[in-house]
Amino acid sequence: MSDYTPQELMVAVASREIHDGDLVFVGMRLPILAYAVARNAHAPSARGLFEVGLMRDQPASGFLGTMGDPPNVSGALWATRMSNTMALMAQGHVDLGFIGGAEVDRYGNLNTSYVGDPASPKVKLPGSGGGADIAILSRRWVTLMSHERRRLVERVSFVTSPGHGDGTPGWRSRMGLLGGGPVAIITTLCTLRFPGGGGEAHVASVHPGHTVDEVIAETGWPLQISDDVSETSAPTDEELTSIRRFDPNGFWTRS
Amino acid sequence: MSMAEAIERHVPDGSTVAMGCALEALIPFAAGHEMIRQRRRELELVGPISDALFDQLIGAGCVRRVTAAWVGNVSEGLGHSYRRAAEERVPRAIEVHDHSNFSISLALWAAAWNVPSLPTRTLLGSDILRTNPGLVSQDGLVHVTAVRPDVAVVHVQRADEHGRAHAWGPLGITEEAGLAADRIVISCEELVGADVTLSDPNRIQFPETKVVAVVHEPGAAHPSPVQGYFKRDHAFYRQYADRSRTVDVFDAWLEDWVLGVPDRASYMKRIDVDSLRIKQHRPSVPADFGDE
Repeated sequence: MSDYTPQELMVAVASREIHDGDLVFVGMRLPILAYAVARNAHAPSARGLFEVGLMRDQPASGFLGTMGDPPNVSGALWATRMSNTMALMAQGHVDLGFIGGAEVDRYGNLNTSYVGDPASPKVKLPGSGGGADIAILSRRWVTLMSHERRRLVERVSFVTSPGHGDGTPGWRSRMGLLGGGPVAIITTLCTLRFPGGGGEAHVASVHPGHTVDEVIAETGWPLQISDDVSETSAPTDEELTSIRRFDPNGFWTRS
Repeated sequence: MSMAEAIERHVPDGSTVAMGCALEALIPFAAGHEMIRQRRRELELVGPISDALFDQLIGAGCVRRVTAAWVGNVSEGLGHSYRRAAEERVPRAIEVHDHSNFSISLALWAAAWNVPSLPTRTLLGSDILRTNPGLVSQDGLVHVTAVRPDVAVVHVQRADEHGRAHAWGPLGITEEAGLAADRIVISCEELVGADVTLSDPNRIQFPETKVVAVVHEPGAAHPSPVQGYFKRDHAFYRQYADRSRTVDVFDAWLEDWVLGVPDRASYMKRIDVDSLRIKQHRPSVPADFGDE
């Protein structure tokens, strides 16, 4: 089972960000699978929170196109209103959140709103959803995206979901942001990490089959490389089995 | 009451309309399609995330302003009609009041409680504060200005003719949208007697005094899911993404699935209902409301 897609690798890497016992604000798309993988492997006592108004322990037994699909509701620990899930996050009870990004910058700020002038945008992106709330209120968060030069930019033109702001130490606490901010950006080529307390992203590991030079070429700022940069561990057979069980037709990971 | 009559009476041009407040489930597509058929104009749409419905109304030219956290197609990505309106003013320009999911909920709670705004710690450090004049940062908090819909349109599993609506599953911002709105229009899978609704008053979503119309409209949420009734029609969302990519294909889609379809019953005849219907039921244990 050594063949896998870039998306399957990203799911496996994302699942390893979930610690046992975490309350995870799960989000959409690949993180739904990452939660299921983690829960079946190294994080059997993690719980998932969904902004639609759900808390779960076991991952849903059926395929999920969205967090609101019926299999995500049956067997839930709590079905409620959105503001109650936000209440938990505002109290600092959410350990980890996942956010999808269209554009990210060297300090981990995300743009999912506008490319170009908001009054006359070149591209209107869908918006925050719960992204800004997760970015500001969860204790730590991770974003996943395709690694392209137009997506990993020096500074995003619009900060939908703040990361480490201008990159100066303590920016988040000075601005009054409750949570700790981004800890990792998982891309199709590598994993970027942030120093504790904020600052600038650096390459922590490069995915199998890719090179540091390739990562640098596809990144829109002069990228820092860790002294101890490693190769990302490939998905294990156990992880791939789990991913393919929850995405049997490859809707998220093979299309 | 028929859907056509409910929209005719209660959703005039220029209305501020909250819809899709349970996020990906229970989206009142039938009501939205009726607004398009009746050529509603100058609507302000209010919601958290909108899975395709807002995109359709925007593409049909019904909308002047969107007040929401996210507009697109949840399993497919971008909303093509939303993009065309915001980027190219096609079919018309729209105004966007950006929110996050948390802040749109608070905006509706503020209206529900009849206060000008509510404070929160979310959105600090976000540029959403720059583009939405209803979000004001002051003294380390963000003050979220109330958003008052004229009407909330809500699809539920069952309701009685008096407006007592039972809904279950996660409900997003449905409750605050209904309380904030001047009036509520309900569509339901099943029209039931008061003996059913009043047997479980905890499950009634809204005060009946706010409900102005109950429309019995099975399948009104398709392609979105309805817990206990319908699965999500993922393929339909994918087809919509493909058939909204340009104005021409969108206009053909609109004619095919909305303008050329007289009502929801006709629409449902074209859907493979059997493959979407939930067949393995998991009823909850009834609560005992005994009193002596």
